Amino acid sequence: MRTIIFRTIAPFLTALMVLFSVFVLLRGHNEPGGGFIGGLIAASALAIFGIACGVASVRRAIYFHPMSVSAFGLFLGALAGVLSFFKGQAFMTSQWLIFDFFGVEIALSTPMVFDIGVYLVVVGAIGSIALALEEREID
Amino acid sequence: MAGSSVSVDLTQAMATAPVAAGDWLVVAPALITMLGGSLCLMLRKNTDLQPKVGIGFLGLLVLANLALLIRVLDHGVITMVMGSWLPPFGIAFTVDTLGAMLSLIGSVVAFCAGVFGAATIDSTGRRYGFYPFLLLLMTGVCGAFLTGDIFNLYVWFEVLLISSYGLLVLGNDRIQLDGAVKYGVLNLVGTNLFLIGTGMLYGIFGTLNMADLAQKVAALEDPASGTLATVAALYFLAFAMKAAAFPVNFWLPASYHTPNVVVSAVFAGLLTKVGVYALIRVFVLILPASRGYLSDVISLVAVATLLTGAFGALAQTEIRRLLGYLVIAGIGSMLAGIAVGSTLAISGAIFYAVHSIIVMTALYMAAGVMEMMGGSYDLRKLGGLYQKSAAFAAVFLVLAFAVSGLPPFSGFWPKVMLVDAAFSDGRSWLGAAILVSGFLTTLAMGRIWIFAFWRGGPEGTPDGQTAPVTAGTALSEAQLSGSAVWLPLGILTALVIYFGLQPEWMLELSTQGASGLVEPLGYLRSVFGVQG
Repeated sequence: MRTIIFRTIAPFLTALMVLFSVFVLLRGHNEPGGGFIGGLIAASALAIFGIACGVASVRRAIYFHPMSVSAFGLFLGALAGVLSFFKGQAFMTSQWLIFDFFGVEIALSTPMVFDIGVYLVVVGAIGSIALALEEREID
Repeated sequence: MAGSSVSVDLTQAMATAPVAAGDWLVVAPALITMLGGSLCLMLRKNTDLQPKVGIGFLGLLVLANLALLIRVLDHGVITMVMGSWLPPFGIAFTVDTLGAMLSLIGSVVAFCAGVFGAATIDSTGRRYGFYPFLLLLMTGVCGAFLTGDIFNLYVWFEVLLISSYGLLVLGNDRIQLDGAVKYGVLNLVGTNLFLIGTGMLYGIFGTLNMADLAQKVAALEDPASGTLATVAALYFLAFAMKAAAFPVNFWLPASYHTPNVVVSAVFAGLLTKVGVYALIRVFVLILPASRGYLSDVISLVAVATLLTGAFGALAQTEIRRLLGYLVIAGIGSMLAGIAVGSTLAISGAIFYAVHSIIVMTALYMAAGVMEMMGGSYDLRKLGGLYQKSAAFAAVFLVLAFAVSGLPPFSGFWPKVMLVDAAFSDGRSWLGAAILVSGFLTTLAMGRIWIFAFWRGGPEGTPDGQTAPVTAGTALSEAQLSGSAVWLPLGILTALVIYFGLQPEWMLELSTQGASGLVEPLGYLRSVFGVQG
């Protein structure tokens, strides 16, 4: 698949898809989207980049090993539930921080942190499967 | 969004009373192992640091479980609802004596395995993720013991199964993949049956909370109706597969001898017992009438399992396979308790589960030590171990007595309870099967003792002569000289002796656990008292 057109387009496409995955992740609380689907989009972005430019360059680009990304996601997801401990509420009770940022209402919350955790778990897990499969094909 | 201006009365749906910090112990076991597991996964490449972090978190898990058990004994059943959403819609963790006790014993075993693994798992195994998998396995095991929601129980089963697949293929040997396929396929089928049963239960009652289910089943006019009996039969088959009961037991001896011995030790101790726990939970708490309906079937399965396990053990010459059959025989004893179903029988089954978790793990570790000393798992090639280490021979003898149910060790008391309960229920043949199986187990363990310890050397060494003591490989000598092998084996053997000589504490706990299931008032009040 190393045609010149694909290799030229793939980095832009990957960047666009990763950006879109973050958008899907953030809108997920009230509208269709969320960590899981966002993670899938990001993982397919990595897969496309891998097909076009080789797995080694993907691994260089994401710097961390996909399994570590996944583990960090799990860690983050578990920690997101702990915050309610300090307010005397049950595990995973959602906490909100809503403030005004130059006239725009910003809502930060523990469900969002949890969702980012899910996103990272999915990117890491699916990404590491995809990269392993692509590597096998090239060898 | 929380910022919306519409005011909703949340007290109907959410717990608003403050949660005591101590109640967080309910989720602590699952949380600690999840955090520890992901941390170890991130440290995967650092094979020196990984055991320290892993064992540290496992130690923390033991402490958390101990504190949880103490709190349950002080305060009665504790419930925590996730995200403050009230049952029956929110997912509840409900911890009674049974769950807390098994979770504690399970974590002690996992801690011992973590320490043992520091000696037997090489850096390749660590890089492939022994500690992350072990910790996440414990997330599943503790979650299964502590949850109060039947679908959530299914989820924890999945968590522990996925981790166990990872542990099973650690090292990627051909034989391991073969074992993992058998193990995986059968467990997938079992899990699917579990899911189908749960779907049917939800279709009937519209709830998945165990306490709510127990209430609704008890309120039925005909609690032993055909539909519920179908659900109960599905559950029985599914959990019997997990527990390796006859005739769905073949996966266990086919897979338990393939991984590293410490992985076998954890599996033999914990996995089948989670199946038994689920059986006890579902059949005694939720579907007591269907248990009565099925009790003859369960008795027959129990007898068949007891005998298959014992005869299978007699036929083996590979120590780990032999021990695998003994795990199955133990499952038969616990099933016998479930079949009888009186408080005495259930507490016997619970006590037996605790005993079996400890003793089977210890025996697999002992098998590992025998391999390190003698260079093989084959009884025909072993010999002269008594000469090499009399202390280890004594430890093995204690474990052999315990697994056969001989006094004064931990296997004796639960067997007495189970046989007593079977006889007083008029099922003398069931009691007899337990005794026969115990006798055959004694023979099987006696064979190991005679061949591996008494005989002077490998097969063919004449009586009264001893083969020259051969030095082991450098690796096994290094493993045996460290405390990482002896400490866990010592802890577990000490527990076996302690529960044998001082059974009162364990008896009281298991009786309390059983009566909490037979008369679940405290359990129900804990879940639905949250609303008040």
